[in-house]
Amino acid sequence: MKNGWEAVIGMEIHVQLSTNTKIFCACPTSFGETPNSNTCPVCLGLPGALPVLNWRAVELGAKAALALGLKINPVSVFARKNYFYPDLPKGYQISQYDKPFSSDGILTIMTAERDEQGRAKEWKPMQIRIIRLHLEEDAGKNVHEGLPEVDKYSYIDLNRAGTPLAEIVTAPDFRSSWQAYDYVNHVRRVLQWVGASDADMEKGNLRCEANVSVRKIGETGFRPKVELKNLNSVRFMQRAIEYEINRQIETYESGGQIKQETRLWDEKAGCTRVMRSKEEAHDYRYFPEPDLPPLIVSEEWIEQIKSEMPELPDDMRDRFMKEYGLSFADASLLVSEKSLAEFYEQTTKLSGNPRMTANFILSEMLRELNEASITAAESLLKPENLAELIKLREEEKINNNQAKEVLVEMFKTGKTASQVIKEKGYEQISDTSLIEKLIDEVIEKNPSQVEAYRQGNQKLFGFLVGQVMKASQGKANPKIVNELLKKKL
Amino acid sequence: MSEIRVEVERAIENAERLNGILNAFLTIDREYALRRVEKLEGADSHGKLHGIPIAVKDNICTSWTQTTCASRILSGYRPQYDATAVERLNKAGAVVIGKTNMDEFAMGSSNENSAFGLVKNPWDIERVPGGSSGGSAAAVAAGIVRVALGSDTGGSVRQPAAFCGVVGIKPTYGRVSRYGLVAFGSSLDQIGVLGKKVRDVAQVLEVISGRDEKDATSADVRVPEYLKLLDRDIKGVKIGVPRLLFSGGLDSEVKSAVEKAIEGFASLGTEIVEIDLPLLKYGIAVYYIIATAEASSNLARYDGVRYGFRAEGVNELRQMYYKTREEGFGEEVKRRIMLGTYVLSSGYYDAYYAKAQKVRTLLKRDFQAAFDKCDCIVMPTSPTTAFRIGEKTDDPLSMYLSDIYTVTANLVGIPAISIPCGVSKESLPIGLQILGKYWAEDLLLNLSNVYETAFPLDAKPKVHVQK
Repeated sequence: MKNGWEAVIGMEIHVQLSTNTKIFCACPTSFGETPNSNTCPVCLGLPGALPVLNWRAVELGAKAALALGLKINPVSVFARKNYFYPDLPKGYQISQYDKPFSSDGILTIMTAERDEQGRAKEWKPMQIRIIRLHLEEDAGKNVHEGLPEVDKYSYIDLNRAGTPLAEIVTAPDFRSSWQAYDYVNHVRRVLQWVGASDADMEKGNLRCEANVSVRKIGETGFRPKVELKNLNSVRFMQRAIEYEINRQIETYESGGQIKQETRLWDEKAGCTRVMRSKEEAHDYRYFPEPDLPPLIVSEEWIEQIKSEMPELPDDMRDRFMKEYGLSFADASLLVSEKSLAEFYEQTTKLSGNPRMTANFILSEMLRELNEASITAAESLLKPENLAELIKLREEEKINNNQAKEVLVEMFKTGKTASQVIKEKGYEQISDTSLIEKLIDEVIEKNPSQVEAYRQGNQKLFGFLVGQVMKASQGKANPKIVNELLKKKL
Repeated sequence: MSEIRVEVERAIENAERLNGILNAFLTIDREYALRRVEKLEGADSHGKLHGIPIAVKDNICTSWTQTTCASRILSGYRPQYDATAVERLNKAGAVVIGKTNMDEFAMGSSNENSAFGLVKNPWDIERVPGGSSGGSAAAVAAGIVRVALGSDTGGSVRQPAAFCGVVGIKPTYGRVSRYGLVAFGSSLDQIGVLGKKVRDVAQVLEVISGRDEKDATSADVRVPEYLKLLDRDIKGVKIGVPRLLFSGGLDSEVKSAVEKAIEGFASLGTEIVEIDLPLLKYGIAVYYIIATAEASSNLARYDGVRYGFRAEGVNELRQMYYKTREEGFGEEVKRRIMLGTYVLSSGYYDAYYAKAQKVRTLLKRDFQAAFDKCDCIVMPTSPTTAFRIGEKTDDPLSMYLSDIYTVTANLVGIPAISIPCGVSKESLPIGLQILGKYWAEDLLLNLSNVYETAFPLDAKPKVHVQK
């Protein structure tokens, strides 16, 4: 960073927990329904209706908390966050305040600065303090488009009101926009991994806000922070933070001051704009929600949730490196998505060849998955079939190029390796008598080359092998061809 | 004509006729009630409240007719669902004949805060019936119905019961589901029952009590058969008397009636023990912080956006909020929203709300200590008899202070009942309050019933239906 400045960044992430029903009523959380159809007296905030906690949201919140290294508190308390807005039916949001569901987390992420082309320089581990993860309900949304007389009226869709959210807040531990970027991606991946959230930013079920300030290196206190909103993708977020860091440094360097305020990222213009100043900030008047008893979880319950947790991606990566001798880069790629990692491990167990399995998956299969935009779990190619292919390749029944073609066909059709090999006519000829016959023919047809080889022109051996392979239409086992040809010559 | 049809029609006629004088009902739904009767006449089995006409306070949701909370902001509002208590009444065969008048959003001790006119006391129509369940108390006192539902946040069932010479019980917090009770102070609110006789109150309480999945604060505690326990011998029951509290603004006639009632209990074989409740005097301060804080949040939903009243002639969001709430709420409601907003504001929270919660915890300990020495506690329900209409409307503080004996049961969460224990020289009824341990409604009803049988109230209100 320039001229001895450093950035101080803290992150707030809201993720939707993957429950079927809302956090305080039995309405479905399904996306894209007719406006206001997923509603009932509770999520509409009708007089006299009361919230009842959906235990599934607590379970998923616990999985999310554990996946991020947080401690689950035995007693937490719901609180009302009071403010007026048309998409907030009760005039308050049920959230948690001074007694959150979980707190005091330390999370290790991998992070790297990027070069001009956006390529990672050097991946290094970094520890982040996560202050808390708490449970709360989402609001509905105001609709200003696509309905009659939108110049006169605003519309409200309360389908989303009451959807369960987890809010995850970090300490101001990030020093660059890329660290924040890698953190959000890490959170997204582990939450998907443990099944706590789809964490899909496009669907709005992961939203993030960044608190950004800068200070001179060596300063221990904090200067006023700016809260950044409207960060609709991880990339936008990174750009917004980068812009904001530079804006603040330039402001200070030209003798100006930064005020505590909320700013919105404008992606088109590539800059942040003031949304509201500190003076306009709400006084939320938090107080304990009297309609809900304290949320109490037992030690046994936490242990039960822990026992249901899958191995986390970073642990799996380290294990793949150790057990299967993979490089950091390869292992990292394999654990980028859970079903891919599982696919790898299953195939490796069946094939007994971790190296070759990783090669096939990371080159051919990953490319096909990306092109089809599906996950390994959704692929027609199954671990047992890929393992069979790897074995056939190991036994030199087919050559490497053929194996790649076979994999693509298996991926597209779901057929077994032997089926595809048969259809393509790729079965290798290993029958020595047949190969001997072909060799004899080649020797007979190319007397001058044979003679030259015998005189010491070693290069011609390859030519002769090629002629035998050609005569076999590529099906002859090259290893056997080599051996027999040497003998004959 | 079936017996129940006669009963229900008579109740409706009386309600309609006396409403011109008392204004106890905001809605009388004859058509609905008769439909219910028809259904009950054809029913094979009879519930515990088969055919009994009943009135319901207008802050308890009924899907067939409006629920206004006596507020302009909910005028004409018809709920989508029945409150759990109403659902249970209906299942037991009760016939709700109408919705009773009240102080707006249950905020008040005189029923003068209704947006739809005040209620008069059947004993003296120059006087208030108490509040906030004034309509329910007046309807029962005038003999229109034997029982009515009310709600009690700081005395709103017991104080009007005392002013109107009827029985009124506030159950333990969590005994009756609050689902469908329009919230005022959520940690204090309980639906209660008012009735002419302890027996009727016990019967209705038995029906509406018990765990409800829809209310996370309703308790999974067994509900005794109150009716079967009404006539138990009360000999040896230890009654605590906090005599130090029988002073200050306590009216001398109320004091002597309560003393006499205590003697009455002694004569029935109970043991009278002196107790001390040193913190009770802080109850009013604590109550008006916690209740208003919760109310300021509970009433935020009345914003003109989704239902109820919306101010005319606005073209901007903030203006819509301001004008709707300015015009939709009455003075007392606005006063309490402002008080509650203030005590929760940053910078004031610790001094008010947080401190009040601490004192609330101490009050609970105060009562725990007292209940180590006795089974129940008696004290006046209200320091005075029914006051004159308009007497306290300009002095909200003196109105608040009249809740001194009732608010504590709500803060602590214990059950309390008010029963008539005599009349003043001006022929105004006086209420005796009995407070019990958590879930001890059975003992309160038992004591009340034995007392009522031994010392029946002879006097009758001036406005009363003819038999």
